[in-house]
Amino acid sequence: MPFVLFQILNGLTFAALLFLVASGFTLIFGLMRIVNLAHGAMYLMGGYTAYAAATWSGSFLLGLAAGAVAVAILGLAEQALLRFVHGAELRQVLLTLGLALMMNDAALVIFGGDTFTVPLPAMLQGPLEMFGMAYPRYRLFVLLVGVVVLVLLWLLMNRTRLGALIRAGVDDPETIEAMGINIRRIFIITFMLGMALAGIAGALGGAFLSLYPTADSEILVFSLAVVIIGGRGSLGGAAVGSVAVSMLSTFGQVWFPELAYFVIFGPMALLLAFRPLGLFGRAT
Amino acid sequence: MNLSLHPLRAVIALALLCLVPVLLPGYQTTLATLTLIYTLLAMSVDILAGYAGRTPLCHGALFGVATYVVMYFVTTATGNPWLGALLGIAAAGVVALIFALLAVRTTGVYFLLLTLALGMIIWGVCQRWTSVTGGENGLRGTVRPEWLADPARFFYFVLAITALATFAMWRFVNSPFGLSLKGIRESESRMRSLGYNSAQHLIIAFVFSGLMAGLSGALYAWFNGFVSPSSVALAQSVKGLLIAIIGGIGTLFGSALGAIIIVLLENVVSSFTQRWSMVLGLLFVLAMIFTPEGLLGKLRQLTGRRRAAA
Repeated sequence: MPFVLFQILNGLTFAALLFLVASGFTLIFGLMRIVNLAHGAMYLMGGYTAYAAATWSGSFLLGLAAGAVAVAILGLAEQALLRFVHGAELRQVLLTLGLALMMNDAALVIFGGDTFTVPLPAMLQGPLEMFGMAYPRYRLFVLLVGVVVLVLLWLLMNRTRLGALIRAGVDDPETIEAMGINIRRIFIITFMLGMALAGIAGALGGAFLSLYPTADSEILVFSLAVVIIGGRGSLGGAAVGSVAVSMLSTFGQVWFPELAYFVIFGPMALLLAFRPLGLFGRAT
Repeated sequence: MNLSLHPLRAVIALALLCLVPVLLPGYQTTLATLTLIYTLLAMSVDILAGYAGRTPLCHGALFGVATYVVMYFVTTATGNPWLGALLGIAAAGVVALIFALLAVRTTGVYFLLLTLALGMIIWGVCQRWTSVTGGENGLRGTVRPEWLADPARFFYFVLAITALATFAMWRFVNSPFGLSLKGIRESESRMRSLGYNSAQHLIIAFVFSGLMAGLSGALYAWFNGFVSPSSVALAQSVKGLLIAIIGGIGTLFGSALGAIIIVLLENVVSSFTQRWSMVLGLLFVLAMIFTPEGLLGKLRQLTGRRRAAA
């Protein structure tokens, strides 16, 4: 099997997963100016919930739904807490950091330090033969989900009233509010949407990257890199950033295993030094 | 009540601290040493967060770089502990310089995120570069110079170093240079139009802060004789920042108060539950909601001398 093609597919499937996490992250960052450092912990929570629900019910889909719903509810609670520090950027970030520590520890209490893998239905197991090579079916499924979510989010943002309001909110929340629109409700909807995506990503990622106590900070750092590269509030930026980060990470791990982190963050840091707002970021 | 540094007060504080090994012998002295080390770390964070208006989340990594270098140099390379400590501090300074060059153009949340990501690179390297760092197992060994083996003597040594470093940092933030840093904090564009090279100021502040974080990291290596990736992890940066915040950002000496609270609390909490990280997170959330200005900041606010003391 052509080694490079295999690695490219690995990179793309990881990119799809990253996009699920980072798209919510970037929307929340763009719209509410909140850097949700608890996003990784939310991912982990979604994964653990999906694991518990899927093993209990035997249904992968149910696990996926449970992960999304549970994390959306957690997100609602986080939103309520964030109201106390409304408008103060740094206090918000640090508060979400505190929440991340708490959720990570709570997960450790409930699930312990063992590694779990969300069980897969039979139809997603095993390899798929194509173009003379075999590739795990499940990873292709994740890639498909990523693309579907990208399309749906694009339609939501560009073809619906809610999307128009979110886009307008990213650019100028005060004016929207002055036009008589309840921006708080849009905030809450976006926040829960982003959280649900993180929950889904946790469930999907939990099946091929597995779940362990430090998985949250790993995924958080990757999605930070995506958002920093892509620029805040930009879906396209999140997609491009996801592909860039996952390709760098995949090939970095193959070619320079000991320096894999350098390979991702080196280019990111350089980019930021020249374009502080990221590739698609706009100053407000 | 005036909370600024006054020679008499500094002497009284030092004299009281000198009594610690007499009044609180044994394990408590060790804890006091640890408190001093974390005070240093938090003050180094405060230089950037409080005076330059750039909140960093990479100081755990700078601290950890120094710890790793000391451990590696003394155990694996069987070098001299003093030279090792100097090398460790220098390494932290070099890493801080690189971070600074990349990060000074960003502000606010972006600065926080970028320094977080940069700190994670260090963590990733410590985790993966197993031939040097020992990976998850870390590095272990006695790296403290022989004549400091006695805990009380080591406490006095750390106290002396902390006092000197505190004085240096106090001079730093109250110098004309420190004032221009505060100017950058308040309005970078205005300082630039007045002809100040703000990037250069921030880089110098960052490197100085990194050297101080490295100093605390080197002392920690001597203190602990063990280092693993958890010493450079995000949680360490978070701890340094939380100590500075609880004490009061922009107060410098508040860090001592914060360190006493956090180190004591960590010790008490860890003695009957393993949920320290839960408590740390909760403290962060509560501090952000109720006292973002910190304890010393609050005190100054209440006594109405905030301006005069800052």
